[in-house]
Amino acid sequence: MDSTRLKLFRGIGRYGVLLALIILIVFGWLRYENFLGLFNVLSVLRYNSMFALVALGMCFVIITGGIDLSVGSTAALGSVVAALLSPYGILPGLLGGLAAGFAIGACNAFIITRLNILPFIATLATMLAASGCALLLAENQSVSVSYDSGFTEIGQGDFFSFPIPAWIALFVYLLGSLVLNLTSFGRTVLAVGGNEDATRLMGLPAGRVKAAVYIMSGCLSGLAGVILAAQFGAGQPIEGVGWELFAIAAVVVGGTLLTGGVGSVGSTLVGVLLLGLIFNILNFENGLGWISLSAYWQSVIRGAFLLLVVSIQARLSLRAEEAT
Amino acid sequence: MAETAVTLPSPDKRPWLEVGTFLTRYGSWLALALLILVNLAITPNFATWQTLNVNLTQVCTIVIVGVGMTLVIATGGIDLSVGALMAIAGALAPLIFLGKLFPLPHPLVGIALAFVIPLIATALLGLFNGWLITHLRIQPIIATLVLFIAGRGIAQVFTNGNLQVFNLPEFQFIGLGRLFGIPFQAILMVIIVVTVAWVLRRTVFGREVLAIGGNERAARLAGIPVASVKQRVYLISGVLSGLAGLIVIARNSAADANLVGLGMELDAIAAVAVGGTLLTGGRASVIGTLVGALIIQLVRYTLLANGVPDAAALVAKAAIIVLAVWLQRQNYR
Repeated sequence: MDSTRLKLFRGIGRYGVLLALIILIVFGWLRYENFLGLFNVLSVLRYNSMFALVALGMCFVIITGGIDLSVGSTAALGSVVAALLSPYGILPGLLGGLAAGFAIGACNAFIITRLNILPFIATLATMLAASGCALLLAENQSVSVSYDSGFTEIGQGDFFSFPIPAWIALFVYLLGSLVLNLTSFGRTVLAVGGNEDATRLMGLPAGRVKAAVYIMSGCLSGLAGVILAAQFGAGQPIEGVGWELFAIAAVVVGGTLLTGGVGSVGSTLVGVLLLGLIFNILNFENGLGWISLSAYWQSVIRGAFLLLVVSIQARLSLRAEEAT
Repeated sequence: MAETAVTLPSPDKRPWLEVGTFLTRYGSWLALALLILVNLAITPNFATWQTLNVNLTQVCTIVIVGVGMTLVIATGGIDLSVGALMAIAGALAPLIFLGKLFPLPHPLVGIALAFVIPLIATALLGLFNGWLITHLRIQPIIATLVLFIAGRGIAQVFTNGNLQVFNLPEFQFIGLGRLFGIPFQAILMVIIVVTVAWVLRRTVFGREVLAIGGNERAARLAGIPVASVKQRVYLISGVLSGLAGLIVIARNSAADANLVGLGMELDAIAAVAVGGTLLTGGRASVIGTLVGALIIQLVRYTLLANGVPDAAALVAKAAIIVLAVWLQRQNYR
């Protein structure tokens, strides 16, 4: 195989997701009225911003070659803490949710880097623990937030007629992209995922970077929890089930390798939007009245889509392997 | 406790180290014994037939799924789809014996098919997992994530998300029946554990599974049919998940595609981890998985029976998993 075709394959791998997203948007725009209407676009962005935050943290974790299964229950814990603190105002609610996320992230970091336990098992355990804490704090029911303190603005408000949660997600993604690409921390994150031992031998603080990545993921999940509570008006201790796998799927669809060392913040956002849009298009399709697909089809289609993307990626990387 | 050790024990002979090795090696048995003793002392009515039955029936499906998971993890893989496969088997069986899929010549035929078809379906789905992993070379966690996401959806689409209620003693024997006063599902569990433990320890297939987990490349160079062994492992995990799904619906006299097997993948993985199977593959203990599941169940039972809320039991479970895995690591430094 010559080098131009190899480049083509790599290009498809790199921009394929973006292309798929554009195709999906054009499809929706041609097929449905109001698909690109302001209301729909803004509500899709508002709803998916929480998943975007969780997926960003997951993206950094996966780039280091790890995994974080605790994100969903951390978000649930964050939403409960934020809801409990919401009567005191926006800031206490926000900081409370972040602190809860920080605590779980710090537990993950400690178990993984100090006790040397595999990320999969460590975060599985903290997932149970966070869920238990959320249920204990909320006394097994959802905690309604205070509507008097302005806390719900974080989830329901607009700023320059653009949803505040989407602003938050946008800001955090810009920051994440800068950190990954332009700072020494970001380069170390990539290096740890590429080859941890080599990174350590080069004198880079591999352990500290790994710890930081899990704490970051925890904080972002906590923030997602704050938005969850503000958007739905309640802290929800049993929400967040399956978020971790949605986030992993979004990161993988975005082209980040699970083996670590490679990854992009921008493609993760594209992955989130892609998976989110599938649900949106399903709703529109039902609205047309030609077919009636129950909400249960959503997960089937998402699974099939994940299958499609990963098998294309697998084929491309196999070809690239053969070519080199 | 490990039935199979690829790594040789260290030649160190210092006595305190031997105590340490003993503790880490038989730690889970000790923990189980300790838990039983503590319960005998503090939990009212612990030493009763009923307590045993309650705990056995609750741990049974986790162990059955955990055995399949042990084999998968022994090859260095993971199977996230087990809970979804349970839901599929659980949704299919009532559709068959209630005659909703096709007319039945005789009720007994329906019951027989209600056992066979769901297990074949989950076997094929397990094989599909294996195919993705071996042929497309997708990492196990992602390959099985596909069915984790889609599988429950498929079960829900089958049943339209409705609860299927039934009363069919012949079918429900698998979940409610008793032989000599012992729940049939517990007998089934013991048979499966003993069989797979024997297979892992004594058969060529078992050694191949461990060899792949220890060093896949070396296993391939040694002429082991890696792809075929891996596919069989995921197939077994699929069948056992399907069986667990049938047991759950038989026990509940109802099939709810939204709930059957929900979170089972994590329970099974936790049991495997606590049981001393290396998560990176190469060393596995099926009996250990049984002990691990019993420990997790017994801790939860102890806390609940003594008035601790369920949520706090979750935190305790998390602590046990971390502690158990950390203790095992000390042995293999």
